[in-house]
Parts: sequence; C-alpha cells; structure tokens
Amino acid sequence: MPKDHGIGAAQKRREDVRFLTGAGQYTDDISVYGQTYCAFLRSDVAHGTIKSIDTSDAEAMPGVLRIFTGKDFEGIGGLPCGWQVTDKHGEPMKEPGHPVLAQGKVRHVGDPFAAVIAETLEEARDAAEAIVYDIEELPAVVNMKAALEEGAVKVHDDLSDNLCYDWQFGSDQADVDKAFAEAAHVTTLELVNNRLVANPMEPRVALGEYNRANDESTLYTTSQNPHVIRLLMGAFVLGIPEHKLRVVAPDVGGGFGTKIFHYAEEAFVTFASRQLNRPVKWTSTRSEAFMSDAHGRDHVTKIELALDAENNFTGLRTDTLANMGAYLSTFSSSIPTWLHGTLMAGNYKTPAIQVNVKAVFTNTVPVDAYRGAGRPEATFQLERLVDKAARELGVDPIALRRQNFIDSFPYATPVAVEYDTGDYVATMDKLEEMIDRQGFEARREESRKRGKLRGLGVNCYIEACGIAPSNLVGQLGARAGLYDAATVRVNATGSISVMVGAHSHGQGHETAFPQVVAEMLGIDESMIDIVHGDTSKIPFGMGTYGSRSLAVCGSAMVRATEKIINKAKKIASHLLEAAEADIELKDGQFTVAGTDKSVAWGDVTLAAYVPHNYPLEEIEPGLEETAFYDPSNFTYPSGAYACEVEVDPETGRVEILSFAAADDFGNVVNPMIVEGQVHGGIAQGIGQAMLENCVYDENGQLLSASYMDYAMPRAEDVPFFQVDHSCATPCTHNPLGVKGCGEAGAIGSPPAVVNAVLDALNAGGMTVDHIDMPLSPHRVWKAMQG
Amino acid sequence: MYSFEIESPVSVADAVAALGKEEAQALGGGQTLIPSLKARLAAPAVLVSLSKIDEIKGISAADGVLSIGGGATHASVAAEAGAYPALAALAANIGDPAVRNRGTIGGSLANNDPAACYPAAALASGATIVTNTREIAADDYFEGMFTTALEDGEIVTEVRFPIPEKAAYVKFEQPASRFALVGVFVAKYPDGVRVAVTGASEEGVFRWEEAEAALSGNFSASALDGLSLPAEGMMGDLHAAPDYRAHLVGVMTRRAVTAAQ
Amino acid sequence: MTKVTMTVNGKAVSKEVSGNTLMTEFLRDALHLTGTHVGCDTSQCGACVIHVDGKSVKACTMFAAEAEGAEVVTIEGMANPDGSLSVIQQAFQDHHGLQCGFCTPGMVMTAAKLLEENPSPSEHEIRDYLEGNICRCTGYHNIVKAIMAASGQDVSGIAAE
Repeated sequence: MPKDHGIGAAQKRREDVRFLTGAGQYTDDISVYGQTYCAFLRSDVAHGTIKSIDTSDAEAMPGVLRIFTGKDFEGIGGLPCGWQVTDKHGEPMKEPGHPVLAQGKVRHVGDPFAAVIAETLEEARDAAEAIVYDIEELPAVVNMKAALEEGAVKVHDDLSDNLCYDWQFGSDQADVDKAFAEAAHVTTLELVNNRLVANPMEPRVALGEYNRANDESTLYTTSQNPHVIRLLMGAFVLGIPEHKLRVVAPDVGGGFGTKIFHYAEEAFVTFASRQLNRPVKWTSTRSEAFMSDAHGRDHVTKIELALDAENNFTGLRTDTLANMGAYLSTFSSSIPTWLHGTLMAGNYKTPAIQVNVKAVFTNTVPVDAYRGAGRPEATFQLERLVDKAARELGVDPIALRRQNFIDSFPYATPVAVEYDTGDYVATMDKLEEMIDRQGFEARREESRKRGKLRGLGVNCYIEACGIAPSNLVGQLGARAGLYDAATVRVNATGSISVMVGAHSHGQGHETAFPQVVAEMLGIDESMIDIVHGDTSKIPFGMGTYGSRSLAVCGSAMVRATEKIINKAKKIASHLLEAAEADIELKDGQFTVAGTDKSVAWGDVTLAAYVPHNYPLEEIEPGLEETAFYDPSNFTYPSGAYACEVEVDPETGRVEILSFAAADDFGNVVNPMIVEGQVHGGIAQGIGQAMLENCVYDENGQLLSASYMDYAMPRAEDVPFFQVDHSCATPCTHNPLGVKGCGEAGAIGSPPAVVNAVLDALNAGGMTVDHIDMPLSPHRVWKAMQG
Repeated sequence: MYSFEIESPVSVADAVAALGKEEAQALGGGQTLIPSLKARLAAPAVLVSLSKIDEIKGISAADGVLSIGGGATHASVAAEAGAYPALAALAANIGDPAVRNRGTIGGSLANNDPAACYPAAALASGATIVTNTREIAADDYFEGMFTTALEDGEIVTEVRFPIPEKAAYVKFEQPASRFALVGVFVAKYPDGVRVAVTGASEEGVFRWEEAEAALSGNFSASALDGLSLPAEGMMGDLHAAPDYRAHLVGVMTRRAVTAAQ
Repeated sequence: MTKVTMTVNGKAVSKEVSGNTLMTEFLRDALHLTGTHVGCDTSQCGACVIHVDGKSVKACTMFAAEAEGAEVVTIEGMANPDGSLSVIQQAFQDHHGLQCGFCTPGMVMTAAKLLEENPSPSEHEIRDYLEGNICRCTGYHNIVKAIMAASGQDVSGIAAE
C-alpha cells in the first residue's frame, strides 16, 4: 500500500488549484498604484562605440517621464560576478565591468544603452524608438577560436585579450601523460555543446517600488533566489542596505537557471523608481528575452580517453573553450570550471584525469547556468567518448561502461570530489530491464522492413548537486556561502508556517516540504504552509538551483523542526509531569513512554503561547525555530538512460520512439513530483539533442531570436517516458538522505539520444563518428551523405 | 504596436471603401499580421478587419469546383472542404488549432509567405483567385516571396479550386516555426498533373514542371526516378541548406504522389 | 478609442479600447483577469489561449475590437459553478500535468476544446492537437496523460514503474 501521508507519499500538489483556475500571481500580474512603464533601447549591433545619444526629442513625447542612459549610472556599481576563478598560473580571472546601461561601448545585440520611463508601455516604446543615437559599429568577435587569436578584436578594451581565464584541474601532468603514453588505445572526439536559451515560459519581469516614508525599496522580480538578488543588487550595484530593500519573487513561471542571475533590468527599475518616486515596471517580451536572458552551454571540446589492452580506462584529457559572452553573468565563471571539471570522472574509475578550460569573451549575450550547468557538458563529452571508444574497439557499449564502473563507495575521484554513495550496476541493470534490450534486434529488423533505421543509445551520468559546502566553495572562489535557512513557526493553535530560503517555481515545494514536517511531527500536511519568495518574511536563503532545495534547504527545515520537537517535548514533559527523556512524539501525540499518559500537539502549542502552566524558568514562551544548514559534501545523483530512435534515411528526420531513465536520487519525498522533474529534464535534454540551437551569424546577429527559429520541444516531439527511481542509495550526509532530482533529466539525456542516432546510422551501414547537436534532419541527412 | 484604428465592415463594399482611406490595411485572421504589428514592422493608420463579412465565408462545391470564401478560416476549410479531401487535410494541418480558428485562406494567399501551405494548393490546383474587382489565375497570381498580383485595397473574396481526380499535400516541417521547410502539393487532373512546391525556393511557391511532365505520363512515384532540382535558387537558412531543400522537394514529391494514389 | 461590449465568463462587459488593444491586454489590464498569460510575441506558445464564441483562439493574436459581441471564456471561467475544479482541471492536478503553472491556463483551454471535438483522443491525437501550446516544465508526459484521463481513458499502464 503506497503511503498517502508524509515522506514517500505521491501527494497531489496544493499549488495546482490556483494555477488551474487562473489565480496564480506571477510578477506581471502585479500592478501597483502610480505604476509607470519602462522600455529599454537595446543595441542592434554586436559591437560598437557609442558616439552620442540624443534623448531631447524623445523626452518631449507624450507621457515620457524620464530617459536614462549609461551616464546616469556613472559612479554606481556594475553587475557583479559571484565566483572568482583562479587560472592555472594562479592569476585571478579577468573581470570586466558590466554597467547597468552600457557606457562607451555596446558589446552584444540586446545590450541596453538607454531606457525610457513613461506613463504607458506604448508611450515608453514610442519614445525609445525616437531616441537619436550614433553607434559606430565595430567588428564583432563571435567565434571562440577567432576571439583567442593574436590581434583579435577585443570585447573589452581595458583587458589584454578575450581570454577570461585559462584553467587546469585534475591529476598530475606526469600521471596523465603516462596514461596516454602507455595506452593500448586512445579514442579522441571533438564536439560542440550547443548554445541554448533556457526559455522558461514566463518571460522576466521586474517592478521596482520606492517608499519615501521609510526609504525602503521593493523589487518584485521573476527570480529563483530573491535573497541573492537583494544581496547583489543592494551591496554591489545600488548601495542599498538589506534592511531598506525587499525583494519579492511571487509565483515564477519556470526558471531553469536563467532566473538565478542578477540582471540589469532589476537594478534599473529599482534605481529608477527611487529617482522618480514612482513604481517602474518592465515586462520582457519573448524577443527581448532571447537577447537579454543569459544563455546556456556553448562549449567546444576536444576530449581523449586512454585505455589499456583490457579496455580499462586509464586516462582522460579534455580541452574546452567555454563561451562567457560579452560580460560575466552572476555564476558564469563557475560553470565550465567547478561545476564541469569536477564531474569529468563520471561513473568510471579512470585514475588520471586532466581538464583544461579556456573561458572566452565574445560579442554575444552572457552565458551562465542552464539546467544542469556544466554537468550536462561533462556528461555529454564523456558519454559520447565512451560510446565512440566502444565502436572503435568493437565491444558492447554497455559492457565497456560496466567494466569501468566505480564499484566501491565512498570514492574519491582524481577531480577533487568524493562520491558518498551510488550503485551504477544496479541502475544499469534496471535500465536494461526497462528497455527490453534482448528484444532490440527484432525491433531493429521490424524498422528495417519499413525502410527505417533504428538505433539504441545508452549512457550513464553522475552529477554533483545539493550545492554546496560553503568552506569548500569559498576556497574555490565563490563569493557567497551556499547554505540555506528555514524558520518553522508553530502558531498557538498548532498550525505551522515554514519560511524557507528555497524558491519554488514549478518544483512543488509547497506540497513536498510540508510532507517532511508532517512526517516528523505526525500531524496532517494541511496544518503546514510553506512561505517562500519574500525577503521580508524569510530569514535568509540562497534560493533554488543546482538541485539543492530539498537537500540543503530541506535539511535546514529538518534541523529547525528538530529544534521545535526538542522544545515541544520540554513543554510536554512539563504538562505531563514526566522526564523529558521519556517523552515520545508519535502521530501528533506526546506520550510518556510505556504509559497511556499523553498530550496532543495542539495542547503543547497552545501552552507555548498561553504559558500559564509552563516552565518559564527553563524555556521561553513561543514555538518558533530557525536553522541554517551548510552541507558537508555535494550529493551525487546518478543513473543510466536509454533512448530508442528511428531515422528516416531519405530525409534524416529522427523520431524518438522511447526514452527510459533509471535514476538513483537517494530517498524520495514525493515520487509524483520527482517523476515530473525527470520528465521535464528529459524533454529539455531531447530539446538540446534534437531541436534547440542558439545561433549567431559572423557579425554577431542573433539568428534564432524567436520561436519561429528557436525550436522548442512540443508535445509531438517526445514520447511517454519510462522513469524509475527504485535503485536508491541514500545520501549519507544529509538528514533526509536525499540527493536532488531537478537537473538529472537534462544532464543524462542528450548523449543517449545522440548515441542512438549514431547507432542507427552505423548499424545501417554508414560510418558516422559524430554529429553535433542538435541532430536536425538537415545535419543527419548531411552526415548520411558521408 | 503603433496606434491605429480598427474598422469592422460587414460587407465587401464597405471594406473596399474603408481600405480607400490613407494608410489603411486589411486584417484577415491576423495570425501573421498581428505578430508583425507587435514587432512594429508595419504602421497602418486604419486596420480594416474582414472577419465580420459573412459574404466571404462560404464554402461550397458545384460542377467540379470547390469555392471557398476568402474569409473562411483554416478550421472551416478543414471541416467543410470534404469535396476536395487533400485541401481539407492541408487546412487541418496549418499551424495549430487556435491559429486555424482565426487564420483565413484569403489572408494566407494575400500574404504569400514563401513557407505557407495554401499557395501550393492554389498553384497545384490551377485555382482562380477572385477579388472584389477581378479573377486571377493562380499561375498569374504568385509573384515571389510575399508578393502577389493584388493591388492595394484589393480583397480576396473567393478562391475557386477545380477538384482533381487525385491529390495530396505532403509537408516537411521546419522544426521551430512548423511552417513548411518544404511542402509539395500534387494534383492529377484529366488534362495532366500539376506539382507545386512551397517553402523551398527563393522565388516563393513554384511549379515543378519536369515532375509534372513525368507524372502526367505515369502518375506514380517511380516516374520521378532520376529527376531532381538544382540547389541553386533554393532558400538556405538555419534549418536547411539549399541542397537539402532541393533533395527534400524530390522526396516530398514522391511521397505526395504515393499518398495521392 | 472605441467601445467594445462582450460577455466574459458569463458577465457582460463594456469598455473603451484603442484599436491596437489586444485581447490579452483587455483581459489582463482592463478586466484584471490575469490568468491568461503572455509567453511569446509570435503566436506560438499558447499560454494565452481563450475561447471566443466557442472556439479556441490565441488572445495575443486578436484585437479586443474584433471580439465585439462575442462570448468569451477564460481560465477563470473554467471551474464548475460551485468553484470546484472541472474534470479537466482535476485531471491536471491528479496526474501532475503542471509544474510552474504558466502554460497551464492555455493547456486547459486547448484541452477542453480537444475533448469537445474528440471525446476519446489517442495519444497521437493529443500530441498533435497541442502543437500550439508549449510547456517547458513537464515534458508533456503528464499533460497528455491528464487529458487522456479526463476523457475517461485508463492511464494506469502509461510508462509504469
């Protein structure tokens, strides 16, 4: 009988009711008295010198209140980067300025250089169009290799070149060199991890409001982490102390990473609302989103694997160019380094690994975290490479993986992380069972009879989630701690508000988090509400990304609830006139062990707030506890994925027939929500593998600038997914034993898709080593032409 | 959007009068025009909505000809053009259900998007485009991408499709927009076969005459063996290079012939 | 400015609008019905789907003036008269057919029309009908499943585990 209550129950989501009836409140649904509207004037060239901006005609237009340019932000901070990466020579990364509105130069299509505030949106847009400016177009650098050439045009004139950092990490050079020198076989692969646009369905919105009476600013914004925005905007950009700044992220329509970062528009509306003493609202159009939301991925990599005569992996070497875009977005520098290099061991006991990453400035939109952030790039390289090695060696790709699996835990990799638990054999066994591997050849034959090429692709993945131990990431350059916080506020009648630093924008925290507290207290979930997304209500928090909410913030919530239980037991022991050590809490009753003497949850909570009969000399009245939780390690979800495809040999069109995922997420609080997260991640991974591509031309013009050219996965592009999370090895270092599930699907799925297509083509008699994503019909057809 | 007035006449005559105003522009279903207005790519002073004109919404078949009012939506054509099943099927596969409820055949033909479906049907069927002033043969109507024989202020009131013996339309979708990356409409009439191709050429919809000649003698996919189009003149973009489009025209034509059997 | 009169979720409304006022703007700004969302500007995402005279349309690609005299239903008008979730809404909750909720109103409005036209659609028919509705969260799995379930089909065997 499946549980219907507490941890492990597939409870229906309580937040759904408002979303299903149109009662959700997203940022754009909020309008405040006296609100004005903002339109940004954005560069239509990739690179240029701002010669002049004349706003005089535009200022005289109807409804215009004020026009701002970069000059208005002189002396005001720029948008900060939250992670200082140190390069292989011990030098800090180059960190160019990133003004709220461009100063001197524009550096990518979409770079804002002026902004109009007007009474209506159309008036603001009319006036933005009427601004007279002279921007002298400069040659743009778009291609990363070209950007690093001697004499290349510089994105930032004050830097020596376009290299942000040259980073190296992993085993000693001599060990890696030895592995390759002694290798019986070396497999090499060059590949591109295609640039993507996260595209949450809700475009970004920012509404700034200033209260003259108390000198307090409020920013309503589409953010995954309101406290981080408060910290960055307050401390680094506008110089507003935290107690005068409130950041609210209400219902947020998806994030996928791109709503982590602190954006110019947030700082701008907050600043402008203080200048005008009027609320200022900006709502992104989708077209604007394509040129102002941080993009994701965009790596070019050469990777090599050394194997001995028995096909054991002995060495791995990578060389990656990572696109930073024109400016360093909030977490950009950490993605290709600490979130990528540290995962290059994958699921394998390769003893010597070296990762090289050059981060490059180009005249493109900044690149930062997108679902998986660094880990999909690592997984894709490694799992494509292992597949290629298997083909070259003529061995079964699953057998080759199994042979090299890490099989004892904890396992310290050569790339600085220690996997606490895992069972890669179990997830692979499960996967093989799910996909009926034995029956595959018969299915392939059936496809062949219909003139189609069928292929099966498999891969494994490992990720580091539950970001992150603060002391460790501090050593690695993070400029913030990555703990989280929760306050459990028990009210007099026993109902509970849990204020959490994590933010829910689709993950179902409002349902899943109460399940944990309910389980611990033995009370019904309906008595517990989660409060998130408002810095004025929540003690602190680092937000939601990196599959961290339950593992980190959930752990803080557990710790705070434990404190509640401890205090409540003290109160109960007083009420029951028994020793505290004898009090047991079960099903919402405090009982004296071994007796039938008990007192109900509600009696204890009432006593806490009406302390007539209460141990006031020992404990304070009230029942509210806060905990901060800093994880001692990352968590390491892992799994094995498989995809079956059919290729139309005449057109190159690929159909995804089936997709299976066997994941190890450790313990699971709400399996329905976990499965939904995996489904969504897989669809985004299939999107990357098959459809999505953010493309610039050589002049830095964005060619895929709307849904007319950026191919979003639709219902007919994906099949029903088979997912399983029964192979659970609980995390050993957090109280719930959870690992995180938000990114797995997106990390684990692209290589399976590409491996499947290559299997189809090669089994169909073609020799195709690799096709870069997305595997559009055109690319597959071209590969088939040889 | 720039500001403009909307007028909603209920007769063709009133619409024509309204279109005579300075900077007036017709609004069919708006499924292409409204997005371009949002992008500030057009600045009409007056939009003349045709959606209240009932006299251009009819669909009827008589004497081997299917007549469709210019204001008929794709959804209506899908539901009511049973006399010409290939055409109904084409309409049922334009855009998505909500777009099909607004978009009209007249709007599509007036816009003549090089990747739209209807131009292929009209050209392959040798349709007659009827306006408030004249009748235009499809062969004379399409004049290249987004260009037609329509004069300013002229309204497509009806499209007359001779019903073929056999026909089919096969579309290979562009993965993002889901417009035709290549779409081929094949129609077999007693006096020969017509093949029209959309999505492929830099000149917009066109007839593939070599294929027509081959198929007129032998209406089977094998009649197309050895026939191919040059890549030259084909569109090249993010989604397909010219040589791939040329290749797809061949594949889609064969598939359309097979589907028409 | 012109005056438009229509019925929205059963209530007669009459407002002055500009020629360029879109239905999305009319619903969200003039009527404060913010359940109809705007997710793109090229008429593709479907977050804004509403019913006008019984047909699904994209409210971002229709002017308010064009809805003169029309019967309009938005997501706010989809629950049962007693306020409980309709069969389709309930199926979306039961089968976890939504995550962030932003595309959800459009999905529900489209699904409602599908089931009117085709009371027992196949998986393929559902996926095809959803061509104009983009969801970034769910991978569509549970949306398709919810619609099948709302049509009374047994979904217990779908991608078990």
